[in-house]
Amino acid sequence: MFESTELNARNWRIQQGMRLLFLGMTLLLVLPVIIILGVLIYKGSPALSWAFLTENPTNGMTAGGIFPALMGTIALVLVALIASIPVGVAAAIYLSEYAPDNWLTRLINLAIINLAGVPSIVHALFGLGAFVLFFGFGTSILAASLTLAIMTLPVVIVSTRESLQAVPQSFREACWNMGATRWQTIVRVVLPNAVSGILTGIILEVSRTAGETAPIMFTGAAFFLPFLPESVFDQTMALSLHLFVVATQVPNVPESLPYGVALVLIGMVLIMNSASIGLRMVLRNRKKW
Amino acid sequence: MSDSPPTRIKEIEARKLSVHYGRYTALSGANLDVYRNEIFGIIGPANSGKTSFLRVLNRMDTFTPGMHFEGTVMYRGKDLRDWRNLYALRRSVGVVFPLPVGLPLSVYDNVALAPRLRGVRAKAELDVTVEKCLRRAALWDEVKDRLGALGSLLSGGQQQRLTIARALSQEPDLLLLDEFSIAVDPVTTMRIEDVLKELKSEMTIVLVTNLTQQARRLADRTAFFLQGQCVEVGPTSELFSDPKHEKTQAYIEGRFG
Repeated sequence: MFESTELNARNWRIQQGMRLLFLGMTLLLVLPVIIILGVLIYKGSPALSWAFLTENPTNGMTAGGIFPALMGTIALVLVALIASIPVGVAAAIYLSEYAPDNWLTRLINLAIINLAGVPSIVHALFGLGAFVLFFGFGTSILAASLTLAIMTLPVVIVSTRESLQAVPQSFREACWNMGATRWQTIVRVVLPNAVSGILTGIILEVSRTAGETAPIMFTGAAFFLPFLPESVFDQTMALSLHLFVVATQVPNVPESLPYGVALVLIGMVLIMNSASIGLRMVLRNRKKW
Repeated sequence: MSDSPPTRIKEIEARKLSVHYGRYTALSGANLDVYRNEIFGIIGPANSGKTSFLRVLNRMDTFTPGMHFEGTVMYRGKDLRDWRNLYALRRSVGVVFPLPVGLPLSVYDNVALAPRLRGVRAKAELDVTVEKCLRRAALWDEVKDRLGALGSLLSGGQQQRLTIARALSQEPDLLLLDEFSIAVDPVTTMRIEDVLKELKSEMTIVLVTNLTQQARRLADRTAFFLQGQCVEVGPTSELFSDPKHEKTQAYIEGRFG
């Protein structure tokens, strides 16, 4: 019935070509992830064992486990999240739901985006000056976590604001038209719709916080500390710095050790991300959309 | 339906009302009164300023970028600009716009939202309100078995009736209907129209419609808007049988628009 014209054929060829191009780019993106994971598992798995996770480093960090570093990273991430999530989410709610659209708001938004682009070493020096020295926290978990929190705040704010803005304006107006206050509208309609997006932003923050090295180097992470910190005012070891140390600073480290540390670090991020994604799905299911 | 309004209490009194969006003027110099407990129809072609008039009554200018109005509008004897508590104002005004917005809540929660905003907590009381409002909006029979379903997933016509139910759940003094039947089938529209005739004993209704026959059926008095002007206001039967203005005559007879 339908004769394919030359134009049809050409459109079809272009369509197929573009599809392959985009597919190729996607595969190109996945490839490094697979290679990195593959190499890490291949070279790092011999080092992994229960003892590796639960024992202190020994023999000048050339043997033994990574227990203090693992616990240190978990503590750093937790304290950083506790500091940054309330501030970031509240600021984003203000900027998205309350702030009038004027030059000041636009300036603040611009500043936040620029803050996200500040190199982490600059944040490290800021943390050293502000938290370690000025506030007198010393090199401690608190100082390091606050530095991490400051560094990740822009990510939290921007992603939270984006997910709030993704809630259609018509929903807000429908609520306002019924006499709902801004706050009632936020609680009943905007936040329930935005919560999964907000959690995604926090997932990003977790991954970034766990892996950062520079900001904690001067502010709270110790080179070698064969016992656990007792409070947030103590120094701690951290996986990221430990990886840097065993990979470059210590002689005669068996090859599998740094790979093992890297594998644990990545594994930890993956576990936290899966937990967050799981939570996100639960929230979404409960809301039925 | 009679030519004289049921009461002579002025619910709305608009004088020299102009509505602007930035530099665009949607309505200019409108003078009209709406009496308590009447259905007041507004007819007119697109871009005539009908919706803008409704938007002022709910003070939507406070959250619509660029929108502002001039002139005075008295609502219940008080200048709209003097209502310090806009939330109280909006709670007393129910609005239904042509593009229905089913909030992403369950059908039940959509209709229970306004009572909850007022502070009603008792489940039994909410149940009664929800059923009453959904029945009045002619939606109850279709959704009574799935009150937990998402309001935003209903069909277009159902969402429109859902917004009517939601507006009624505010127990408003003033109900603003903007093309409420645009996506609703004719039979259901008639059922809702019957409800509106009963409702006017409880509230004042302003009905904006493109269906001139709907205004003729329902409205006690009708205004004709054209290109941002209020051309003519009068008792519905007079406006339709003996329009003062030839443009009104032309529009009613379908010669333009």
